[in-house]
Amino acid sequence: MNKIFNWLFGPKSTPTKTLDTANTAPLTDQQLQAIVSNQNPRFDMQQLISAGGQSVGKQRELNEDSLLAITSTMAGNSGNLPFGLYIIADGMGGHQFGEVASNAAIRTVAGYVLRKFHSYLFQIKTDTMDESFQEIMLAAVSEAQRAIQREAPGSGTTLTAALVLGQQITVAHVGDSRAYFVYPDGRIETITRDHSLVKRLEELGHISPEEAENYPHRNVLYRALGQGEILEPDIFTVAFPQSAYLMICSDGLWGVVSEQDLVRSITEASNLQRACQNLVTAANTAGGPDNISVVLVQLIG
Amino acid sequence: MRAVVKQRSANYNSLKLEDVLETRLFPDLSDNQGGESNSAPRQLQAGVTLAKRYAIQEVVGLGGMGSVYRARDMHFPNVTKLVAVKEMINSAPDPLVRETIVQNFEREANLLATLHHPSIPRIYDYFSLDSRSYLVLEFIHGKDMEAIISETSGFLPEEQVLTWAIELCDVLDYLHRHKPDAIIFRDMKPSNVMINSSGDVILVDFGIAKSFQSGIKGTMIGTEGYSPPEQYRGEATPAADIYAMGATIHHALTRRDPRLEPPFSFAERPLRRINPSVSPELEIIVSRAVEYDPASRFKSAAEMKDALMSVARKTGLLVRMGPGPQTGSAKTGGIKPLWSFKTEDEVRGTPTVFQGSLYIGSYDNNLYALDAADGKFQWKYPTDGGIVSRPALLDGNIYIGSEDKRLHVVSARSGKVVWTYYTNGPIRSSPRIAEGHIFIGSDDNHLHAVNLTTGRMAWRFETADPVRSTPFVMNELVYLGCESGDYYAIDFRGALKWRFHAKRAITSSTTGTPQALYFSSVDGTLYALDPHNGWAIWRFRLGKASISSPCIVDEFVFVGASDGFIYAVEAKSSKEIWRFRTEHQVNGSPVIYKDSIYCGSVDGNLYCLEYRTGRLRWKFGTEGAITGTPLVYDDVVYVGSTDHQVYAFLA
Repeated sequence: MNKIFNWLFGPKSTPTKTLDTANTAPLTDQQLQAIVSNQNPRFDMQQLISAGGQSVGKQRELNEDSLLAITSTMAGNSGNLPFGLYIIADGMGGHQFGEVASNAAIRTVAGYVLRKFHSYLFQIKTDTMDESFQEIMLAAVSEAQRAIQREAPGSGTTLTAALVLGQQITVAHVGDSRAYFVYPDGRIETITRDHSLVKRLEELGHISPEEAENYPHRNVLYRALGQGEILEPDIFTVAFPQSAYLMICSDGLWGVVSEQDLVRSITEASNLQRACQNLVTAANTAGGPDNISVVLVQLIG
Repeated sequence: MRAVVKQRSANYNSLKLEDVLETRLFPDLSDNQGGESNSAPRQLQAGVTLAKRYAIQEVVGLGGMGSVYRARDMHFPNVTKLVAVKEMINSAPDPLVRETIVQNFEREANLLATLHHPSIPRIYDYFSLDSRSYLVLEFIHGKDMEAIISETSGFLPEEQVLTWAIELCDVLDYLHRHKPDAIIFRDMKPSNVMINSSGDVILVDFGIAKSFQSGIKGTMIGTEGYSPPEQYRGEATPAADIYAMGATIHHALTRRDPRLEPPFSFAERPLRRINPSVSPELEIIVSRAVEYDPASRFKSAAEMKDALMSVARKTGLLVRMGPGPQTGSAKTGGIKPLWSFKTEDEVRGTPTVFQGSLYIGSYDNNLYALDAADGKFQWKYPTDGGIVSRPALLDGNIYIGSEDKRLHVVSARSGKVVWTYYTNGPIRSSPRIAEGHIFIGSDDNHLHAVNLTTGRMAWRFETADPVRSTPFVMNELVYLGCESGDYYAIDFRGALKWRFHAKRAITSSTTGTPQALYFSSVDGTLYALDPHNGWAIWRFRLGKASISSPCIVDEFVFVGASDGFIYAVEAKSSKEIWRFRTEHQVNGSPVIYKDSIYCGSVDGNLYCLEYRTGRLRWKFGTEGAITGTPLVYDDVVYVGSTDHQVYAFLA
C-alpha cells in the first residue's frame, strides 16, 4: 500500500529528512523480517474458527442447556468478512419447561439475526444495513422474550449471544451464563456481568468474593429471559482481541471449574474441538452437578 | 516494671515480638489506670520487625489505643519503602468489648480497602498478633494540621486554609457519596488531617468512620469541640461532618482550639472578630457550616465546596492555585475572560494555537494571528470570503479554507501567503494534513487531496453533495460525510473503500478509534460505524438534528444537538450516561480537557461541565451564539462567538 501511495503522490515533503534516513547498505535480516511482518497482516484474510461442547453432567437427567454456533464468511465488495453467531442458553431449573425456554430462546434469536443478515449472506446486495448490530441484537432478544412467554409461560432462561462481524463482537446477555476472553498468555477476562443475586450482593460490597463462592442461593437470578414484563438485556460491542479466544459457557462449567483450569484446558489443547472436550471433562470430573455447555471461537489471520 | 521492659528492649533485635509482649502482661493486669498512662513503655522499639516484614523505625504518633510507627517494608530490600503502622492494643478485660474493638479495627481496614481518593491513605495490610492489631498504611511525609497551627506564629494565610478546606470538602463529598451507604467520617479535626509534602491534605484515622444508614442511631463518638450537637445524641450524618469541617477551618484560621471553648459557641466567636484579615465571604461560609441546626448548614460537602470555590475565585486564589484537582465546581459568576479580541464580523470558526500565537478565522474574511497570552493583534491575512473552519498547522505554515473557494497557505510568522489552491465551491470544511497531503472538502461536491510540497491536486473524489465536514484519516483511509447523508471511506489512491448512508446530511466531522467511527447527522442520530467495513455498530437517537462533531474520552462519546442538549454516551453499549440542557441549539462541538468538557451553545454561553457527571462547573455568557468549537491549550480555553469576539478563559 505504501509503495502505491508513494508512487502516486511522489516523494514526501522534506528532502533533508530523506537524506537523514537514507540507507545505502543492504537491509539486515531483522529489517527485512520487520518489513515482511508489517506487511503480512494487510493481505491475510481474517477468518473465524469455532467449536462447541455439551454434556448433561453427572447429576441431572435432563439437559436444559441449548447451544448454537454458526461460523461463516460474508462475501462482500470490500472483501470477505468473518461472520459468526454463537449462543448459549441455560433453561432455569425450578421452572417448568426449562429446556423449552432455552430452546425457544436460541431458535428465536438465531432466526431473527439470520433473517436480518440473510440477504447479505445469501443474496446479491451491496447497500449497508439500516439497523445497527446492537439494534438487531436487542430486537432479537425482545422477540425471544415474547416467544418464551408464549411457548412456555412461567419458564425462564439465561441467554448469552455473540454476533461476530469482522472484528466486532456484539454481545447480548441476560442471566448468569458468561462470555470470556481467554488470552494465550493465561489471562482470562469475563466480559459479561452475571445477573444473579449473589453477584449483585458482591458488587454492592455486602459479601466478599470468598463468601460469594459458598453463598447458599447462588443460582437465584434477578434477570432472565421470559421473566418479568420489561427485559433489559446488556448489549455491548467489543473488538475481538488478537489471538484470544472468545468463550461462552453456562454455569455448569464456570461454576465448578476454576479460572486457572479453564485457561489450562484451553491453552494446552491442540485444537479448539479438543479444548471444548477438555472443558466438559473438567466440569464432569469436578462432579458435573449441572448441565455443561461451552463454545470457543477464535479469529485468526 | 518500666525498667524491666526497657532493659529487655535493648536486646530487641534478637527478640521475637511474642517475647516482648509476654513481659507486658503484668503491667496490663496490675495497672488499673488503663491504657493511656503506661502507653510509653508499651511501644515497640526501633528495630523490631513485625510479621517478618515491617521493620519499626520510630514512633510518629500516639493514638487512643496504641501508637503509630514509621516502618520500612522489608519485602522491598533494594528500595526504602516506608509505611505507617498503626497499632491498636486491645487491653479490655471484657471479651465482648474486646471483640467489638477488633471488629472496629477490621472495619477501618475493610473500609479503607474500598476507598480510592487522593486524600485518603492507601491501605497495604492488616494483621493481629495476640492482643495487638496492626494496620499498614501509606506513609505520609508531612505534618498534621494541628501541629502546623501550633507551630505557626500568627495566623495561617487565608488562601492556604482555603485550599485545604476545598480539598477536605472534596474528600468528604467522596465519602458521603459512597455506595451503597454514605460514609460519615465523624471525627474531622486538625489532628486527623495530614498535610503532605506537596501541600495536599490527607484524611487519617478512619477508626470511627461509619457507613450511614438513614434513621439508624449510632453511639456518640467524635471529639468534643469539633462534633456537632446532634452527634451527642447519637446521630451521625453528612451534616455532622460539615459541622466538624467548619470547626476545623475555624480552628485553623483563629488558632482557638474549640476543645478549650464552651461547646457550640462558634456563633459567639465569628472568624473576623478574632482574625480580621479573613475575608467576609469565608466567614459567612464557616458560620453556615457550624450552624447549630443541621438543616441550616450546607446541604452537602459539594455545596460547601462550591461556596469555597467562589471565594477562591473572588480572591484570585484560584488563578494562583492552577488547574490541579482543586479546579472544581463554582457554578456561576466570577468567570472572567483572560482577554478578548474583537474582529469585524461573526467568529464561527475554531482556533488553533502554535508557538504562543492563536490563529482564528472570522466572517470578516480575515485570518487573525493573536498573541495567545494576552490577545494582542499580531497580523491578519485577508481572504475574499468568510472563514468558518479551523486552521491546520504544519512546518510553520497555516492552512485554512475560505468561502472564496480557496485553500490558503500562509506563513505563521509573517502572515504572508505561500500558495493557494482553488476548488469550485466555497470551503467550509477544515483541512486535514496526513501523509504529505492536505485533505479538504468543498461545496463543489469533492474531497480534494492536495500535495503539500507542490500545492497541486493529487486527486479528487466526487461526492453526492457538498462536503462541509472535516475529513478524518485513520488506517490509510480518509473518512468523511457529505450533505446528501452519504458517508465515504476512501483509500489514499482516491478509490472508494466502502460507503454508508444516513437519512439526512452529515455535516458533523468524524472522530474515530480503531474500534469505531463516530459522527452525528441531521437525521438526529449519533452513529458508530466499523471503520473496516462501514457496518453500523450502534445508533443513538438524539432529540433533534445534529451538526456537532463528537469527541471521545475514556469510554464516553460526547456530542451536541439542536434540541439544546449535550449528550454523553457510553461507547461500548450506546447507553446514555447523562445529558445537559443548554438554552438553545448546540451546533458547536464539545472538547475535553482534563476532567472537564467545554462546549458552546447558540444561547451564547460557553459551558464547562464535569465530563463524568455532566455537572455544570461554570458558564460564561457572550453577546452572541457560539457555533464554533472551543480550543483548550495549556490550561486556557479559547472560543469565538458570533458577537465578533474571540475569548480566552482559564480552563
